Amino acid sequence: MEYSIEIKNLTKKFGDFTAVNDISFNVKKGEVFAFLGPNGAGKTTTIKMLTTILKPSLGEVFLHGHNVIENPHQTRKSFGIVFQDPSLDNELTAYENMQFHAILYGLKKEVYQQRIISLLALVELSDRKDSYVKNFSGGMKRRLEIARGLLHNPKVLFLDEPTIGLDPQTRNHIWAYINNLNQQENVTIFFTTHHMEEVERMAKMVAIIDHGKILITGTIEEIIKKAGTKNLEDAFISLTGSNIREEAGNVSKNQMRISNKLMR
Amino acid sequence: MIAIYILWLRQLKRFIRKKTSIVGALGQPIIFLLAIGFGFGPVYAKAGGGNYIQFLAPGIIVMSVLFTSIFTGLEIIWDKQFGFLKETFVAPVFRFEILLGKTLGGATVAMIQGILVFLITLVAGFQPHLASLPLAFLFLFLVAILSSALGAAIAARLDDMQGFPLIFNFLVQPLFYLSGAIFPIKNLPPVLDVITKINPFSYGVDGLRFAFSGVNVFPPVLSLGVLCTATLIVLAFGTYQFSKVQL
Repeated sequence: MEYSIEIKNLTKKFGDFTAVNDISFNVKKGEVFAFLGPNGAGKTTTIKMLTTILKPSLGEVFLHGHNVIENPHQTRKSFGIVFQDPSLDNELTAYENMQFHAILYGLKKEVYQQRIISLLALVELSDRKDSYVKNFSGGMKRRLEIARGLLHNPKVLFLDEPTIGLDPQTRNHIWAYINNLNQQENVTIFFTTHHMEEVERMAKMVAIIDHGKILITGTIEEIIKKAGTKNLEDAFISLTGSNIREEAGNVSKNQMRISNKLMR
Repeated sequence: MIAIYILWLRQLKRFIRKKTSIVGALGQPIIFLLAIGFGFGPVYAKAGGGNYIQFLAPGIIVMSVLFTSIFTGLEIIWDKQFGFLKETFVAPVFRFEILLGKTLGGATVAMIQGILVFLITLVAGFQPHLASLPLAFLFLFLVAILSSALGAAIAARLDDMQGFPLIFNFLVQPLFYLSGAIFPIKNLPPVLDVITKINPFSYGVDGLRFAFSGVNVFPPVLSLGVLCTATLIVLAFGTYQFSKVQL
């Protein structure tokens, strides 16, 4: 089994709106894969389908050999995810959020106590271990979510714009850790970002999606070469056009609501 | 199984930390006891019903358990909006376990609230048979589980709180008012008679009244049976609802 993620003809429709349109690609085991696209291109919808919380309209996904659609439960142990939107319980402390996650993933107490301490140290939240998350800044919440995503030693790590709202120090820190995790433990990294320098530093392979369609996949050099530009940022803009997109926020949900209304 | 425990624990922690809302939720039962209990007391006594507080107290206790439970179940909508439900749903935990953890958490929280209200009714002059307290708590717990599961099952498919007034006014309130909590369900007009008899909470109120005062309309075994059956049906419905959730 060479591939970590296999995507075949994956499609998601919300009413008449096709958020993800027949995409197919594979991610090798241990690869660092950047999934790029403008706001509203279909990145988050794709990640939701890969991580079992949204059912595809068509197509197949395999994650470490598990059929994601038919066997969501078996799939869930093998990946970790940092969502684009916040997903912490504000009424719990940092430690309690981590503990909740650890127990859901079936970790033993002696294992998770150690790991939580070391992961909180990694994201420099050790001194805020027992503070309520509602008192955290956006950056602190983000760091906590990243630490939480790593807690159960996933084989594949999905990071949906993980470094939003982080200062360069923390960004560096986190990418260094993720890089290390990838090198040492061969964890497959699948991430989205709007920071092209992060892609250039981290990614071996890149796919660019727009309007639900994959425009191109390849290494950074291949993409720059095909686009005939100097760097990845220019290649990205030349491929996806320079129009500014609607803020992504809840595009799929809004579309769903709009189409629901039309169908009534 | 441990997943159910941590979901339960989370619910409990959230409840205990919101002290103002615990006190706030006592307001309504107190008003009911004062205004309806003491207000209708003389009329009820004149009509030959006896001590109205004695009649009303079990109904008020059920009310606080029912409301607290359903609202705790409905908290799933918040979990959706604050994104926390995603965290729970990507974890290797069966949806049924999530539902059960939520339901038990909500029920436990509601039991605590119900016991506080029980103590208040004692102050107001309620005199229960303390010997059958375990039976009373069993009935109360079944009411709590049923309503908590109901709240969770409904919330599973709602995206925001806009449907909340609909649920409150057309489901929660009728379930309470038409359960025999505040009036005896004997000699009612036919429509009301049918409604109160198909409302599972009528059996909860009646069972509790039986345990506390030895007065009942339905055989207690029937009440237990109805509550258990209704709970199973709602849990099955909730499991189905949960399996359909897309985030």
